[in-house]
Amino acid sequence: MSQQVIQSQVIWNRLISVVEEQAQALIRTAFGTATREAGDLSAGVFLPDGRMIAQAVTGTPGHVNSMAESVKHFLREFPLDTLQPGDVLLTNDPWKGTGHLYDITMVTPVFHHQRPVALFASTLHVIDIGGLGPGPDGQQIWHEGLFLPILKFIHAGRLDQTVLNIVKANVREPAQVEGDFLALVACNDVGARRLLTLLDEFALTDLLEVGDYILTRSEQAMLEAVRSWPAGSWESELWVDGYDQPLRLQAKLTLSHDGIHVDFAGSAGFVAKGINVVKAYTDAYTSFGIRCLIGADIPNNAGSLGVIKIDAPEGSILNAPYPAAVTSRHIIGQMLPDVVFNCLRQARPGEVPAEGASCLWNIQLSGGHILPEYDAVNTLTQPRFSITSFSTGGTGARPRLDGLSTTSFPSGVRNVSLEILESISPVVFWRKEYRQDSGGAGQQRGGLGQVIELSHGQDLPMELGAAWDRIHFPAQGAEGGLAGAPGRVTLSTGETLSGKGRQIVPPGSHLIVETPGGGGLGNPLERHAASIARDLTHQLISPQAAATSYGHSAQSTNKTE
Amino acid sequence: MPVNDALNFFNRYKGEGMSERSGDGLVNRVAVDVGGTFTDIVMLRGSTQFSAKILTSADAPERAVITGISDVLNQAGLTFNDIDALILGTTLATNALIERKGARTALITTAGFRDLVEIGQEDRFAQYDVFLQKPRPLVEREWRFTVEERIDAQGQVRIPLKEEQVVALAEELRAQKFESVAIGYLQSFINPQHEQRTAEILRDLLPGVTVSLSSDVCPEIREYERLSTVSANAYVQPLVAGYLHRLQQQLATHGLRVPPYLMTSGGGITTLENGIREPVRLVESGPAGGAILASNIASQLGLEKVLSFDMGGTTAKICFIDRFQPQISRSFEFGRVHRHQKGSGLPIRIPVIDLVEIGAGGGSIARIDHLQRLQVGPDSAGSSPGPVSYNLGGELVTITDANAQLGLLDPASFAGGKVELNVDKAAAALAQQVGKPLGVGTDEAALAVTEIIAENMANAARVHATESGKQVDSYTLIAFGGAAPLHAVRLASKLGIGRVVIPHAAGVGSALGFLWAPVSYQAVRSFYQRLDNPDYAAVNALLDTLSDQARHIVQQADETASVSLLRSVYLRYAGQGHEVSVPLEGAHFDEQGLAALHARFTQTYRQLYGRSLDHVAVEAISWTVTATTAAPEIAFPAPGEPLARTNGVAERTLYSLQQQQRIQVPVLTRADIEHGGLRSGPLVVVDPETTTLVDEHFTVSSTREGHLLLERQPQSGAAQ
Repeated sequence: MSQQVIQSQVIWNRLISVVEEQAQALIRTAFGTATREAGDLSAGVFLPDGRMIAQAVTGTPGHVNSMAESVKHFLREFPLDTLQPGDVLLTNDPWKGTGHLYDITMVTPVFHHQRPVALFASTLHVIDIGGLGPGPDGQQIWHEGLFLPILKFIHAGRLDQTVLNIVKANVREPAQVEGDFLALVACNDVGARRLLTLLDEFALTDLLEVGDYILTRSEQAMLEAVRSWPAGSWESELWVDGYDQPLRLQAKLTLSHDGIHVDFAGSAGFVAKGINVVKAYTDAYTSFGIRCLIGADIPNNAGSLGVIKIDAPEGSILNAPYPAAVTSRHIIGQMLPDVVFNCLRQARPGEVPAEGASCLWNIQLSGGHILPEYDAVNTLTQPRFSITSFSTGGTGARPRLDGLSTTSFPSGVRNVSLEILESISPVVFWRKEYRQDSGGAGQQRGGLGQVIELSHGQDLPMELGAAWDRIHFPAQGAEGGLAGAPGRVTLSTGETLSGKGRQIVPPGSHLIVETPGGGGLGNPLERHAASIARDLTHQLISPQAAATSYGHSAQSTNKTE
Repeated sequence: MPVNDALNFFNRYKGEGMSERSGDGLVNRVAVDVGGTFTDIVMLRGSTQFSAKILTSADAPERAVITGISDVLNQAGLTFNDIDALILGTTLATNALIERKGARTALITTAGFRDLVEIGQEDRFAQYDVFLQKPRPLVEREWRFTVEERIDAQGQVRIPLKEEQVVALAEELRAQKFESVAIGYLQSFINPQHEQRTAEILRDLLPGVTVSLSSDVCPEIREYERLSTVSANAYVQPLVAGYLHRLQQQLATHGLRVPPYLMTSGGGITTLENGIREPVRLVESGPAGGAILASNIASQLGLEKVLSFDMGGTTAKICFIDRFQPQISRSFEFGRVHRHQKGSGLPIRIPVIDLVEIGAGGGSIARIDHLQRLQVGPDSAGSSPGPVSYNLGGELVTITDANAQLGLLDPASFAGGKVELNVDKAAAALAQQVGKPLGVGTDEAALAVTEIIAENMANAARVHATESGKQVDSYTLIAFGGAAPLHAVRLASKLGIGRVVIPHAAGVGSALGFLWAPVSYQAVRSFYQRLDNPDYAAVNALLDTLSDQARHIVQQADETASVSLLRSVYLRYAGQGHEVSVPLEGAHFDEQGLAALHARFTQTYRQLYGRSLDHVAVEAISWTVTATTAAPEIAFPAPGEPLARTNGVAERTLYSLQQQQRIQVPVLTRADIEHGGLRSGPLVVVDPETTTLVDEHFTVSSTREGHLLLERQPQSGAAQ
């Protein structure tokens, strides 16, 4: 019995290592920048009944438990007894996968002595899926690209060339998308091989016993973590910019002896633009927000995730029905941890961060294709390019700690080198610096946003794809802290651009993107004088802001630039 | 100012080369590794080894170096004048970076980009940790300055350098008493003229201030890594220069007649002059010695695929060694805020032996987490208070305590008898901290600790193998360092490895490895090229420049030796983010070379990832040329005096994983193995500094050279 416990622990460690290896294999072979640079992928291993027992910790929480649920959809479509060794299933159904058509999920059953013992699943964001391309401009799912229902991609080791041909005919970068598809197949294989070695090494016939051990332990630990918080219900609301009109996100969070329940009743209805969120994605970012504060070190699996129950009314923007457009679901999805924090802060004042920029501020630029209002033939002769500069604002101030400046949260994206972007496009960057005074004032200051300035290096027109928020509704401060600076998008000619949708950057003008700052926490007047002085020395705040927001007297410093 | 004086001083040595002279025909080679706590000194006189270990004199490391060298010279009855070769490794640069004890350093960047070095990659290294703190940049915002200038990705000047701003800045730097300046402009690796002109002005106006250029130190694309690297170089330069200058003078005073050399992170040695110019390349030189030592043993035994495994008191390090060459990487992270957590440190891009460090050593602490799981490491009890069994006040159970409980260590002779182990204390702590929470006995608890740590190390090795495209089960494990021989068979079993070598110098530090290091230098430049349409002339011009640069630096150390050049290209499929290093054959790059390069890339990619993507264009990002001399042909030291034979009379009771009970096993010495031929486990082999565990699944014998060779028994298929 006791030996069994030790062996189960060793196997649990190994399973986590196996899915990490699976994820590494995917990261290194994938083509989409979202996968590679943002870690926009997931990898996990499941029991034959579809319960996830281990998942790799990767760069973005968007797939946390959305992929966990997707395997059950696969098994409904293809029951395990209809599958054989060498089969691989796939889908990009947003409602059965991870929330938009760009995410391809593949599932590979693993057989040990002819018996199915597990399934490996992995998801990545492909570089292109046809349709309008990235951005929230689609109005229906059909605008957004190729839809692949759950289907068998590899039949007992034989790849379905017809499926692959259809995919390649519908996307802009067929060779790279093919590479991404095959990367998914290969990474599941890596996982499967390691699992079979493990079964032999420990002389196991299946994973059921160890699976139960993992799920039970995780569930118990998660419940204990929940019970260490006060029981009760708390409500919060948060307004976001929306595509063209403000939208309300409303939540009621309940902590009880039996777990956590979040209800998004009262949130806005879905809209005719690609900012809608499917339920699985709502679940993903909501549970992530919870897990940041409750049970952060408990591995992700069906046991720990099962303690969290989430409801969102069908037809709301957080449970958008087919055939709503969903491509840019991250804009609103990434706000959900803030919604969760706003509830939990009431349960434990002084122990929860303030709101941050939260939504990524990726700058998507393309050129050399036909642009409205520009001579079609002429634009087609210009250099063709498409780049994404992953960019972020500031995170909310934290208990006893300032917010992180220009840091991704809740996403875990890494940016792409400016020099790399300049080497593969005609874009020239002119500025990328902290945005002074953008961090919300507070006893703990919100993280700063940044200012990015760029232009087309050959003075040609190019297209900007905007998918940003917190322009009209900045990150709020908490417990006396002030709001962070709102985001801002302008041209050097003075014109203000919209935070959402495709727009032209005219020849010769510079695009100036100012990302939002994080909210402050606590009364700014109680901020340590030394912290204010340091912020002044580092010019993170101006002398005026020190005086007006913090009541700091100007004569104590005379730093100039 | 010290640096310029030092450079002049070293110039006097030019042309002396590495002489091989000795009065009695025996060559005396000395290696010194200045570590954070200890300075290790090893001398080979012919094949006789002398060594010393003394406390590092942190305020003036040269003192311990001189004392230590004098000590080994005394042992052999020699003087400094008898030294034929001296190689120095130092953690001075590493420690200055980690402890933030470098120079007052300014960083000058292109106007508009003051914060790139702090913004970094905008990510978080720990996904669920909302309270994480990022590593502080070496140069904080108030010490970062900007100048108007801009060169674009094609190397064209978009905004000419505003020289008057540089002049004005020089005044400010002088007023603020900066000791060192780093310059890092955008795209400077393509066109360094603005950085060079800026440096010229500053050197002119600020004599005595050291100036580092990103286009010299790290001429590679990716601004964050380049700025971080040049900042680190500038930050440690005055300190390293001062130390090397003082050391050089004292060595000369003591009568050293040969120029000393420095060990670099990439596994080659270089001149002091070059070490002062690029001190950032001296970071992590100590651990490199261990990998070189393992490479040398691999070569001695003709083992083409080796996994080196070095386990000491706080960490374990593994490194793949193919055809006697340690795997080299071009990136390294220092000062990780979270131990061993990728991304939590600051990057430097230098050629570095690709060691994976795991928080697993004799002092690693075992505890039960709130999921009732046993966790071991990465926290370490270190040597003070150390493990519970040291009886020095340590209260937390460690791996050493578990090994003592299992009967694997002789309490009286641990670490050469320097520490007496209190096994009863260890047992009580194990029972309390591990056994009781898990509901198991003390022996089972101890075994669980060693199993978990072996599993942790095996997992790290497997992931590293996957990243490197290697089949780890086809490798031979070479295990050294105080703790490795105890854990080697379990690690090997978990990795499917069937052969383990425990070198007779297993307990010796990495200093010995320095002696086999060749003189080498890697020059690098990023130069973006699509392979479907390369500019042959430009590539050849670049390769020629890099070759001249690398050869020149190597020849400064050794004018007479023949220098071989190894070219390689960092390639990827268009659109990918990771590059693969592929060797470039032939001295001249042409259509034929291109076809060969393409084929080799496809082959390497297949090996790494299982498939190639033949319809996707291939792009080159960076080009490197490594100039290297042949590694010195030095006999491996003869085995030291082994412990006397026991003839298997001695026995020890230890707890067996396989039998789940206590069993009696023979205690043998190397002398027994040498004389007795092949023996089957379970047994232990004791050395003055280490103990080797041979379990039921392995046999042990002695190689001709005196190393222990452990091989999996043929009938023993399953790893468990």
